[in-house]
Amino acid sequence: MTIHFVREMEHLHRSILSMCSAVEELIHDSVDGLRSGQTELAQELSGRDGEVDEWDIRIEEECLKILALYHPVANDLRRVTVVMKICAELERVADLAVSIAERSAGIAAHGSFPMPERLTEMTREALSMLHDSIDAFVEQNPNAARKVCQRDEHVDQLNRDLIDDVVTVMKQRPELIEPGLHLFSVIRHVERVADHATNIAEDVVYLVEGAIIRHPRLPRRAGSNRLGGAE
Amino acid sequence: MPAITSAMSVPPSVPGVDRNLDTSRHASAIDVRNMNFYYGEHQVLFDISLMVPERSVTALIGPSGCGKSTFLRTLNRMNDLVEGSRSTGVCLVEGQNIMDPAVDVVLLRKHVGMVFQKSTPFPKSIFENVAYGPRVSGEKNRAVLADLVESCLRKAALWDEVKDRLNTSAMALSGGQQQRLCIARTLATNPRIILMDEPASALDPASTDRIENLIGELCANYTIVIVTHNMQQASRVSHQTAFFFKGRLVEVGPTMKIFTSPSEKQTEDYITGRFG
Repeated sequence: MTIHFVREMEHLHRSILSMCSAVEELIHDSVDGLRSGQTELAQELSGRDGEVDEWDIRIEEECLKILALYHPVANDLRRVTVVMKICAELERVADLAVSIAERSAGIAAHGSFPMPERLTEMTREALSMLHDSIDAFVEQNPNAARKVCQRDEHVDQLNRDLIDDVVTVMKQRPELIEPGLHLFSVIRHVERVADHATNIAEDVVYLVEGAIIRHPRLPRRAGSNRLGGAE
Repeated sequence: MPAITSAMSVPPSVPGVDRNLDTSRHASAIDVRNMNFYYGEHQVLFDISLMVPERSVTALIGPSGCGKSTFLRTLNRMNDLVEGSRSTGVCLVEGQNIMDPAVDVVLLRKHVGMVFQKSTPFPKSIFENVAYGPRVSGEKNRAVLADLVESCLRKAALWDEVKDRLNTSAMALSGGQQQRLCIARTLATNPRIILMDEPASALDPASTDRIENLIGELCANYTIVIVTHNMQQASRVSHQTAFFFKGRLVEVGPTMKIFTSPSEKQTEDYITGRFG
């Protein structure tokens, strides 16, 4: 293993950690804006999303360079591919942060929509899952990652309950259909943030254990690293 | 040894190079059990057990001196030529224990051919190099020999480059061509198993590429065991990879698994370049 390869991998690690911080900050500010109803936030977050997009390109290029020049295998190969995947997940979380801010502005522009109480719980849980999945990546802790995956169902249930609540309000008060649709989208976006956190956590398990834990119901192919049902 | 010379069964459909090959589902061409090997008092192989599936490529990897070439040479008893060497255990080649002293090693080596690191053409014509083995085995018919030479040179992907100069000296060929000629010469004795000891280590990238492509084609009909120091080459050409260290077989498995998530830390450390 050359010193050049070690340096490239260390640089890649620093890059993905910087991107993690930027995205976490972005999604937190976006959700804070949902609570405070800041209408001008979307534009600011859109500018910061551009910086995340730059990270996305830069990290992908770093990964491709390492793959092309050093042909990593085993844990090194898993690390590079996992960084590429996590990078893509984070880029989408940043996009969702902007979308949430845009929808928040939409809700604010149409007067007050009664915010469901459980939305706070849902956003807190989704953001916590994202934080914990990133921590699991940094600590290379597959057990912590698996715990994140298990929490996704709770967010899915909150998503279904909140959608029901919003639909009920829209039926009772048709004048609130437009802000209701914005809120509907916000709920869906927050649910997607939890999905991306779950994907990152699944990637962490692959990084550490070499086992693919996605789609456990699919039959396992011979020789595959994927954990799942019987062949 | 009739079992060695019996006709080969109809081959199953073999995919290109399936690095996820489930070796447990393939019949074994070679089945080594608890092999130990000694040069005099010095033991160099320790309790090796390894199954090589038929019509597949098995790569042996490991740092210099780990015993992989010694192991390769035990598969056609080439080590018998080393004075003071001895071995224990069982090595079944198509069901027959070749470590039995009664085995006819000349016949064995006819059916378990070998290609060496350095190409070793005879100082004869291209035609005579390939025809040599069959001639020694008693084939005298010139037409039969001509067909055989063409067939073997085609299988070795050399025919198009030499068909117009079959009677010129093999020594005039390039290094890559000489190595493919040696493969053609090995094929001429109709082996079932081909052992390759770093067959491309002295070749340029284009010649290496041709040898690797050739291995990919040959494994449809032959069982190949290759020793290589080139990790990328092992991952490109083999279905199964075995990692040797200090005379012991540390890990063997489908190549895809060995190069993405090996079970043993020693394997991981070696293939990622952390030692060796």
